[in-house]
Amino acid sequence: MIKILKYSIYDLMRSRWTYVYFAFFLLFTFSLLLLSSDLSRVIISMMNVVLILCPLIATMFGVMYFYNSREFTELLLAQPIKRISIFWGQYLGLASSLSISLLLGIGIPFTFYGLFYSAEILDFLILLINGVALTFIFSGLAFFIALKNENRIRGFGLAIIAWLFFAVIYDGIFLLLLMFFREYPLEQFSLFATLLNPIDLSRILLLLKLDISALMGFSGAVFRQFLGTTLGMLVAGFVLMFWIGLPLWGIRSTALRKDF
Amino acid sequence: MITISNLFKSYGRQKILKGIDLDFNKRGCITAILGPNGSGKTTLIKSILGMVLPEKGKILVDGKSIKGQCAYRSQIDYLPQIAQFPGNLHVQELINMIKDLREGQTSEARLIELFDLQPFLNKKLRTLSGGTKQKVNLTLALMYDSPIVILDEPTSGLDPIALTRLKALIREEKERGKFILLTTHIMSFVEEIADEIVFLLDGNIYFRGSKKELKTQFQEEQLEKAIANILLGEKKKNNIKVPFKAINGKHIRRQKPALKI
Repeated sequence: MIKILKYSIYDLMRSRWTYVYFAFFLLFTFSLLLLSSDLSRVIISMMNVVLILCPLIATMFGVMYFYNSREFTELLLAQPIKRISIFWGQYLGLASSLSISLLLGIGIPFTFYGLFYSAEILDFLILLINGVALTFIFSGLAFFIALKNENRIRGFGLAIIAWLFFAVIYDGIFLLLLMFFREYPLEQFSLFATLLNPIDLSRILLLLKLDISALMGFSGAVFRQFLGTTLGMLVAGFVLMFWIGLPLWGIRSTALRKDF
Repeated sequence: MITISNLFKSYGRQKILKGIDLDFNKRGCITAILGPNGSGKTTLIKSILGMVLPEKGKILVDGKSIKGQCAYRSQIDYLPQIAQFPGNLHVQELINMIKDLREGQTSEARLIELFDLQPFLNKKLRTLSGGTKQKVNLTLALMYDSPIVILDEPTSGLDPIALTRLKALIREEKERGKFILLTTHIMSFVEEIADEIVFLLDGNIYFRGSKKELKTQFQEEQLEKAIANILLGEKKKNNIKVPFKAINGKHIRRQKPALKI
């Protein structure tokens, strides 16, 4: 697996899209820092970009990379290598190279603006951890969807719908339900519903840390109220790990039963 | 070497392999698997490699079941039908990668020279033409010294020089005692190179024997015409049920043929 991972990263590190992704974050972060040198504010702005963009790019890259390397995967499958090593290696290669682009793209500008001497370093680290976790979750989901669907257009469509669902539709439904059933006690439901969406969960992790939950919608406030900072962090972190594991388990069970 | 018994495979409702029994145990032999499109040639090959998982039946390589195994593939060199590689890697890097992934002695230098790949070694794979990619594909497949060689459409996209060299190479490998299994639609290639023919039709083995036996049985001088006769004959009696057919001294089970050319 490590060898497949190594070559996947090697291949992706030469892809122009990896650099476009890196350059986008670099320019965007630099622009925000130029507009406001208050690191805390920039971290909050970056949070919104990271929460939407990381899942979207990971989803698109995941599907594209899987379909583009389909024939090469067949060549690898004919080698004396375990099936699962090939898919996990490719998935980790993709998620890692996207994460490296993200880390460097955001990390370099912040370093220039004196991050290491500021009090916001922990908030910044939470932002990066969330970005990386979302990249891993959504590239895993995309890999799983692509593995399940031979038809590329269908696979692409489903992956985009999955992203749209978690990034936009889910919150819409969530808020509608809260509105319709506002007469009832909804605290436990809200908490549970929040855990089911990794983007909401990342948002909460950041909000709890940044202490601006009141500004960022209902789900964040609920989470803060019920779990408190330390416990909330632990639960959210644990569920986020579960979210990373879920597509990996899906990839494993599908890959072991699939014909190539 | 390879024993296949009662192999069944279907994709959804479409039944591809309907109880294939085959036994390959001759070293120094080139066997061509022929059949119309969709007859199950690639599925059969991929089943041997463990890429396609059969619903029923057993495949043994060197006497051991391949189910859930991967180490046995070090005994097999495989050339896939479509050559598509990671576009951002160089040819040399790709060769190094496969060498890194699979242990064993390699002879890539000889193949690079044979297919004139030297000028392309430092080029990115996505910039290569179809024929050159196929040469890289052949180099990757044949650089190991495995006793079993499986080639799926080895001639596609090759220029006449490379084709001649490939034929010589395949013969050479045969002389060295390897078992070579190939599929192709080019009958002249089969005529020239194959020792034995397995003809698949509608998921069953329709014929197994030498080129001579095939020609004699279908009373044709040329292999291409003999094959065409099988296909045309089958088309005519499309709905006639022929449960058993005696070929080459063996009874080969055959179900209702439903041939589309």
